[in-house]
Amino acid sequence: MAVCIAVIAKENYPLYIRSVPTQNELKFHYTVHTSLDVVEEKISAVGKSLGDQRELYLGLLYPTEDYKVYGYVTNSKVKFVIVVDSSNTSLRDNEIRSMFRKLHNSFTDVMCNPFHNPGDTIQSKAFDGIVSGMMVQTG
Amino acid sequence: MAGSQWELPPELCCRPMAFVALTGLDVVYNAVHRAIWDAFCANRRADRVPISFKVLPGDHEYPKCRTKRTSYEWYIPKGILKTGWMNKHLNLVPALVVLFYELDWDDPQWKEKQSECATKVEIVRTSLQGRNTKVAVVLIQKKTPLPPGEDLVASERAAALCNACDLSGKSLFVLPHTDHLVGYIIRLENAFYEHAQTYYYTEIRRVKSHKEFLNKTTHQLLFVRHQFKIAFFSELKQDTQNALKYYRTAYSLIHELRAHETNMLEIKTMAGFINYKICRLCFQHNTPLDAIAQFRKHIDLCKKKIGSAELAFEHAAWMSKQFQSFGELFDEAIKLGLTAIQTQNPGFYYQQAACYSQDRKQQAQQLCQAGASNPSSEPLETQSGGLDFYGQRPWRQGHQSIDPPDAEKEKNGILALQIKERDVPHSELIIALLSNAVAQFKKYKCPRMKSHLMVQMGEEYYHAKDYTKALKLLDYVMCDYRTERWWGLLTAILTTALRCAYLMASVKDYIIYCMELLGRASTLKEEQESRIEKNLLKVLANEVPDAEPDCDPSSVTAARSLWSDRMALAGSNELTVEVQDYIPFIQCKAKFQSPSFHVDQPIQLQVFLRADCPHLISFNKLAVSLSNQEYNQWCVVESSGEESMSLLPGKTKCFNFSFVAKTEDVGKKIEITGIEVMLGSDRGRCVFVSWRGAGGDAASTHEALMASRSSRRWGRSMEARQEPDWDSLTVQHSTMIISRVPKISVQLSHQPPALHNEMYCISLTVQSQEEGVAKDLKLTAGLKPGQDANLGQTTHVTLDGSKVCDDSAPALLPDIPLGDLKPGEKLERSVYVKCESCGPRVFLFHVAYSIDTTVEGRQIVCKCHKDETVTIETVIPFDVSVKFVSTKFESLDRVAVDIPFLLMTDILSSSPWPLQLVSSSLELLTVTSNTPQLQSQIQEVVLQTGECASECFCLRCPPQSNSNSTVATGQYLISWKRKSSSADSPLIQTTVTLPHIILESVPLYIHAELPSFGRVRESLSVRYHIENRTALVQEVEMAVEPSDAFMFSGLKQVRLRILPGSEQQMLYNYYPLMAGYQTLPQLNISLPRCPTTNTHSLRRFLPQRIFVKPQGRQLDDASIAAA
Repeated sequence: MAVCIAVIAKENYPLYIRSVPTQNELKFHYTVHTSLDVVEEKISAVGKSLGDQRELYLGLLYPTEDYKVYGYVTNSKVKFVIVVDSSNTSLRDNEIRSMFRKLHNSFTDVMCNPFHNPGDTIQSKAFDGIVSGMMVQTG
Repeated sequence: MAGSQWELPPELCCRPMAFVALTGLDVVYNAVHRAIWDAFCANRRADRVPISFKVLPGDHEYPKCRTKRTSYEWYIPKGILKTGWMNKHLNLVPALVVLFYELDWDDPQWKEKQSECATKVEIVRTSLQGRNTKVAVVLIQKKTPLPPGEDLVASERAAALCNACDLSGKSLFVLPHTDHLVGYIIRLENAFYEHAQTYYYTEIRRVKSHKEFLNKTTHQLLFVRHQFKIAFFSELKQDTQNALKYYRTAYSLIHELRAHETNMLEIKTMAGFINYKICRLCFQHNTPLDAIAQFRKHIDLCKKKIGSAELAFEHAAWMSKQFQSFGELFDEAIKLGLTAIQTQNPGFYYQQAACYSQDRKQQAQQLCQAGASNPSSEPLETQSGGLDFYGQRPWRQGHQSIDPPDAEKEKNGILALQIKERDVPHSELIIALLSNAVAQFKKYKCPRMKSHLMVQMGEEYYHAKDYTKALKLLDYVMCDYRTERWWGLLTAILTTALRCAYLMASVKDYIIYCMELLGRASTLKEEQESRIEKNLLKVLANEVPDAEPDCDPSSVTAARSLWSDRMALAGSNELTVEVQDYIPFIQCKAKFQSPSFHVDQPIQLQVFLRADCPHLISFNKLAVSLSNQEYNQWCVVESSGEESMSLLPGKTKCFNFSFVAKTEDVGKKIEITGIEVMLGSDRGRCVFVSWRGAGGDAASTHEALMASRSSRRWGRSMEARQEPDWDSLTVQHSTMIISRVPKISVQLSHQPPALHNEMYCISLTVQSQEEGVAKDLKLTAGLKPGQDANLGQTTHVTLDGSKVCDDSAPALLPDIPLGDLKPGEKLERSVYVKCESCGPRVFLFHVAYSIDTTVEGRQIVCKCHKDETVTIETVIPFDVSVKFVSTKFESLDRVAVDIPFLLMTDILSSSPWPLQLVSSSLELLTVTSNTPQLQSQIQEVVLQTGECASECFCLRCPPQSNSNSTVATGQYLISWKRKSSSADSPLIQTTVTLPHIILESVPLYIHAELPSFGRVRESLSVRYHIENRTALVQEVEMAVEPSDAFMFSGLKQVRLRILPGSEQQMLYNYYPLMAGYQTLPQLNISLPRCPTTNTHSLRRFLPQRIFVKPQGRQLDDASIAAA
């Protein structure tokens, strides 16, 4: 289960970021922000070779001592980042993929809301609920 | 350096090379020996064998060899690896000792020298007692040796010397000191290398042989030690594959050791060493993935082996060192050609090393509180000054059981270590590692990671109390986070920066950070913002602000006094803060009400201010600077007296300015170049918050974009009418001053289209609707500039309509003065245009004048102008077609010389207006008129559209010197004007160039003289003239064919001669028999002398038919009476 989930706008500013409350929130912000380096690099590398035939799931972005960071980019260049505890070895690649898919679906729902302004931060209970379901349950 | 405890020993990090000692060389006083030594040392590149040479005296004492152990049964090892062991084998115990001795084969004192040499060898042997070190002898000779086998003395004496020294033949070498020294040396060292290889091989065998004596319970440490030694000897032997294998075994054995608190450090130290060797060899073998895998395994195995909780910082320090040294190995491999990638580069290892160093610092801070005074460093001192074994505690060396031998000593030892740790400059270490990592991430395109690490560096500088450097770093990266809009991170950095600015009492920085932390990008809580705003107000009032939370108390005290000093300092109380690149707590937007203003309107400018801070903020002055500074005085608002202007949180305040533009600025742009808001007052501190341009800051561009896309725009406009929506306020930073709207009418009347070349009249009526006098009216009329350049050449404009203008008249008449115009007055002017080519043209009529007006009580002179443009088509007035015909009205393709012909002209009007043709004339060339006076037949003819006027002229071409060529005939001139034009309007002359004619000459010309008609049964006489046009006598045969319509009398057939230039006449009397058009009897003529001319070609000059009237009645009185 994730310890931090973030949605990043096309212009690379955060639309939504949530981490488990027990740990240093700022650290997760930095982790997500630095992971964008890898995301950008991957997107630009793919852009050159294949055009639009792009796999949305970017896989493991980079491992740190404590966390694994996974990335996913929608066709409109909105990025999803999931941070998982390194000690959590039970999580398979497939499960991460399905987490991203769920996140993407929910994000699409948010975008379909006529009262939502694309580019604004996400304030949706439904989206919150989906994210909560994917986060490590504490307490 | 306190960190040195964790440094890897240099003997571990170097590349092991075979050690060979050279003796018997006097490198100081003997030039030959010096040269030999230099040849060994110099240029040791990769292609030379890896040997480290050392010059030692002949009687050098080598380390003593301990007596060989016969049994390990009662032996309990005291540690894994002795600290001196690696150095001993690298630098102290040679694999080979070489004795240099000067001796030629034919030396006269051979016997003595031989025994001296033997003695020297013996001395070396003795000092190497018990070692397997080889000994070799090199004879330095002056002569070049003969090829082997030829010098019998040499081989005999060599055998004797070997015998005397107890050497094998392979260990005796000869070094002739001649030309090719380096070549000989290279051969020598290759031989030495072989000896060394053998030595290390035997050493490996020796260590391996111990294995059978060991048992698994008591000698576990020895298993590791022996494997390490074998691996190290293999490396010395340059057998890196085997070395790697043995190191790997050693590594797995070390983790089989029973680990407990007392030996944890030793195990980790040795594991670290072996891991280093493995990784190093893997990189050397170009298998970086193996190196990384080994390192990961190493870290995973050792991560949890913290050891004593009281010395947890040691573990962190050790971990940090592991990462750092791996990073360095990785980096070194890259320098040697390995390629790294974004997600796998040395930076990550440096970063992790820094991370562990930070842990170390934290743990040290927690654990090293107790024992302020240093009781004694005694527990850390050893007799030898160093340790016997790697990774052991100084106060209990060699102790291998689980429990410490002396609890009290142990406690003291730990305390001493903790005290020592307190003095470690942690921040320095962390910053060094971070800056290494930054350099790497910069190289591997990770700008955000780089920024993150720079933030950490800044924070570390902050902890190290180096606030200037901290601020520099933080300031540098802040802008990255600002442009990427990561407000949470920006706020965190700003908070640290604010603390730095506070602690160093940097007023300007402090104010800037406060302003941004109060701004809309800040994610601080309300109470935090309140506190910061209060502090900001204090600084503005020149008071000392409250300390930031979480600051070190002692630093706060220091900072307070700094602040008080600052406050006491007079002057420098004004400062300007450029906020364009920040996100300050006051937002500003300015706009001109309109993108353009007429010069007689006041210019209106609005400035909107909005505060994002939690409490009301007041300011004393608002000033706008414009591109023309003369207007600035109108755009200032200042607080009057005690009352200051204030901004309510979250509310937009609007300030209106208006001023009158100068008339010189008409056509110019006025731009807002800056806006300044003054916070504070002269009594305290004045801070000018200044925006470049028309406001906006680092975040406003994006906000404006969002606002433009926003769906809320429509919804919101309903509820908040009185206050404008801040985000949808757009900035209008410049305005254009345009001239006053003219109040005159300009009307044009004319009759399009214009006719080609005519003086086309356009009448212009100017009527004033001004209330005052329009002064200085000026008209510019003509072709509008910017059209096809050819039009300028073919268009002429003039005011004089009485005559046709010539080419000197311009296409545009500028600034024709028209005088003044009173209110309601009317003025008329005619402009004549001559267009010399067809097609459309745009004409411009520009009327300019000046007028006095008042704007807001100010008298100004305005220049106004009114433009009228009109497009006029030019057409051809008529088409002229010309043809040549014979006197019989048959069209001619060539004209016979000196025979009359006709010129027919048709003038077809294509003008929509009636044309009056005044006259026409011919200007003839070559040809002459056949009639004495050419009279125009179309004088005063008026042509309506589509009507045609024709003329006919009889011409003759006089004899030419060169006949049968093409000649020009001249021009046809037509004078005309519009029917509607006045009588005195000039005539237009159109010239038509007549076509060329082709001339031919005829040898015989024949023409008939006959009346214009005949009458039935009345005789009709016809005379034929036959002229000879040649210079020869012509014989002509003529015959008249009979005809049904005529009877005739005269010669029916005749043959006659005509002299050159003369003519013959033939007279016939025709008697018509029928009425109507009748074909005359045909005349057949042939010229036997001139066969090219036949009847047919001559007949064209003759009339074919004649009209015969019926027989008339006799006109007599009776018939008249009857009628």
